[in-house]
Amino acid sequence: MTTPVSPPGALDVWVQDLGAGRRRMDLLVPDLHCAGCIRKVESGLGAIDGVSRARVNLSTKRVLVEWAAPVVDARKVLDTLEALGFAARPFDAGKSGQREDDLRASSLLRALAVAGFAAANVMLLSVSVWSGAEDTTRELFHWISALIAVPAAAYAGRPFFRSAASVLRHGRVNMDVPISLGIVLAVALSMFETATGGVRVYFDASLMLCFFLLAGRYLDHMMRARARSAVTQLLSLSATGAQVVGPDGERRYCKVAEIEAGMVVAIAPGERVPVDGRVISGTSDLDRSIVTGEAAPEAIGPMGVVEAGTLNLTGPLQIEVTAAGHDSFLSQVIGLMETAEQGKDRYVRLADRAAQIYAPLVHLAAAATFAGWMWWSGDWHLALVTAIAVLIITCPCALGLAVPAVQMVASGRLFRRGIMVKDGSALERLAEVDVVVLDKTGTLTLGQPELVAQPNLSGPHRAMILALARESLHPLAKALVAQSKPVAVLNSALQEVTEVPGAGLSARHQGKLLKLGSHQWCLGKPEESEAGAVSMLHASLDGEHIACFLFQDKLRPHTGAAIAQLKALGLEVALLSGDREHAVAAAAHQAGITRWQAGAGPGDKVVFVADLERQGQRVLMVGDGINDAPALAAAHASMAPASATDIGRTAAGLVFTSPELAAVPYAVQVARSARRLVHQNFALAALYNLIAVPIAVLGFASPLIAAIAMSSSSIVVTANALRLYGRNSVPSNQVATSAPGKRPEDDAEAAA
Amino acid sequence: MNVLIFLIPAALFLGLVGLAAFLWALKSGQFDDLDGAAERILLDDEDET
Repeated sequence: MTTPVSPPGALDVWVQDLGAGRRRMDLLVPDLHCAGCIRKVESGLGAIDGVSRARVNLSTKRVLVEWAAPVVDARKVLDTLEALGFAARPFDAGKSGQREDDLRASSLLRALAVAGFAAANVMLLSVSVWSGAEDTTRELFHWISALIAVPAAAYAGRPFFRSAASVLRHGRVNMDVPISLGIVLAVALSMFETATGGVRVYFDASLMLCFFLLAGRYLDHMMRARARSAVTQLLSLSATGAQVVGPDGERRYCKVAEIEAGMVVAIAPGERVPVDGRVISGTSDLDRSIVTGEAAPEAIGPMGVVEAGTLNLTGPLQIEVTAAGHDSFLSQVIGLMETAEQGKDRYVRLADRAAQIYAPLVHLAAAATFAGWMWWSGDWHLALVTAIAVLIITCPCALGLAVPAVQMVASGRLFRRGIMVKDGSALERLAEVDVVVLDKTGTLTLGQPELVAQPNLSGPHRAMILALARESLHPLAKALVAQSKPVAVLNSALQEVTEVPGAGLSARHQGKLLKLGSHQWCLGKPEESEAGAVSMLHASLDGEHIACFLFQDKLRPHTGAAIAQLKALGLEVALLSGDREHAVAAAAHQAGITRWQAGAGPGDKVVFVADLERQGQRVLMVGDGINDAPALAAAHASMAPASATDIGRTAAGLVFTSPELAAVPYAVQVARSARRLVHQNFALAALYNLIAVPIAVLGFASPLIAAIAMSSSSIVVTANALRLYGRNSVPSNQVATSAPGKRPEDDAEAAA
Repeated sequence: MNVLIFLIPAALFLGLVGLAAFLWALKSGQFDDLDGAAERILLDDEDET
């Protein structure tokens, strides 16, 4: 896939003005891996005159650069990095939600630290009370505990209180409601007991609850933050604007939002088309694969229609904007996505489903306890204390940890295989699917032409053809250069290199006319046989045919095995593509898929998925293009390869970076074992309650018993989640290990 | 038991010092780049000239 270039002026959008001519820019550099990279980047950027600061953050793969304005500009910084061998993309932490993520993580960590400190110290005092401190000593200890616990619980409990308050306002319950109730009541009861010189003081239990639950909350947050930052790292510098040509021929850079219908936009080879339009001058080849799913580039000339998102390959184009903003193809796709997503809001997370049963049950139990003791003893103080003890001991510490602990371990496992999970709900849905719908171009295949057959050529001929191919951005030419054996350098340079979009290249070499391109272009007559899914590149010297190269959009490696694995998991597999029928049929046959549909537009794909869902099936959609995005949003679960378009990656619940489709069955397997472990954890938590609740109801829940019961249940649940680390349901050799954040096409480009 | 009057405040004070140290480290960005710190130790000091 060709990396789009950005039009001049596009970078200034990302630069922050610090005043006094100082500028700052955040960059994402996904290829940072080691100390050597840090040194190279920091010293390389530091060496530019005018750069005052360059700091690498290896965890987030970000580089912060500050410089003095007139001496340096953003382009120079990026070019320097490029020269050092690092592809960099500007990045705005505020826009991508990264800043809120970071702030939330550190506020959770602060709350966790406070809860940890307070729980440890209060526990110290509680242990002395349990081991026999009496009278004034006990009272003193209770008061000191209160002094620590009340502010600490108020501070550390905020995440739960806030979430509980917000769902209660909407008239629903989640796990945070019983949690908040437990914490508040435990502290309030303990305060009352302390003031009246009582013995039942649960400060330690309430703080321990906070600590364990915050640990779970932090894990959950880190899982999402890690996936999110990995996904942002993959965001390409997509067209955020374009060169607008004024009536006087003057060019200026405009953001997409400022472009209006009727304007004329210049698009250089290698740029993505930012808006829908009609060509008014220029000819070129367009890569439409991410828009329509069609693999082969298409020639385009004046009056041709271009959609936003297509990649201009070979020639400069000027287009008249026909639709911008709300009317463009892209906005229509986004509209389809939003409609498709509405159905998904009804999905209720496993933990919340459990909470909906659990919360009323324990509150009922507590009320019954109060009533029972009132009736039996008539002592309202005793009845109230016992009822509150029930609420404290049933505070769902284990239930609160049951889901995040498992999902953290599962997403960690997937992450090591280069699969990123956006959030826990994506994992839960993935475990439930029973049909897999695959897109062809870019998903089942790599979306880039692969040289499948090359002729025997003499050294000089080969060198000549490769030198000519190097002049072009056309995917076939690029594939030819990248995948041919390296040859000696040409002894004399090519002259008069010209490229005719939609036809081919020509040049003079030592007086002879060399041509590379279509059969028509090289030999003046059309090809005799159209060979199905195969694309051909011909070469001629002075009208004489010298070579023919065959290309194919190859399947991802080991695709057949991956499809077989999916079937072995009991899943149905279907292929759904926007490409032509014979190409889809060939790919389906090769991959071993019997059910397929060709020529499907974005709307057809949604209908296909929705039909399956209506029949009661849960669909996993795997796709990458703009045309797949609505279907990705509509499906029960969705995955996209890292090479997908921004919109595809945003729509998908999981993103995989490995070049192989084996990531799909692997993710399904991990999701299923995660679901199994979550269910086990629910069972363990229920078992705990079966034992603990009768004890509390009968009035035996002393603070010591509460502390032991709650911490042991949390530890059991977490330990059970950790078992997922040990499981190895997929032999590791079936799934290629790929470094997270590294894209397959990076390798291809490095080879080129 | 009078020794408790010193011991408990001492224990709490030490705990608070630890907590303050952690919060300070968090605030000053020491947890922002955990992988970088591990790698940077391998770099030679550069001359600050």
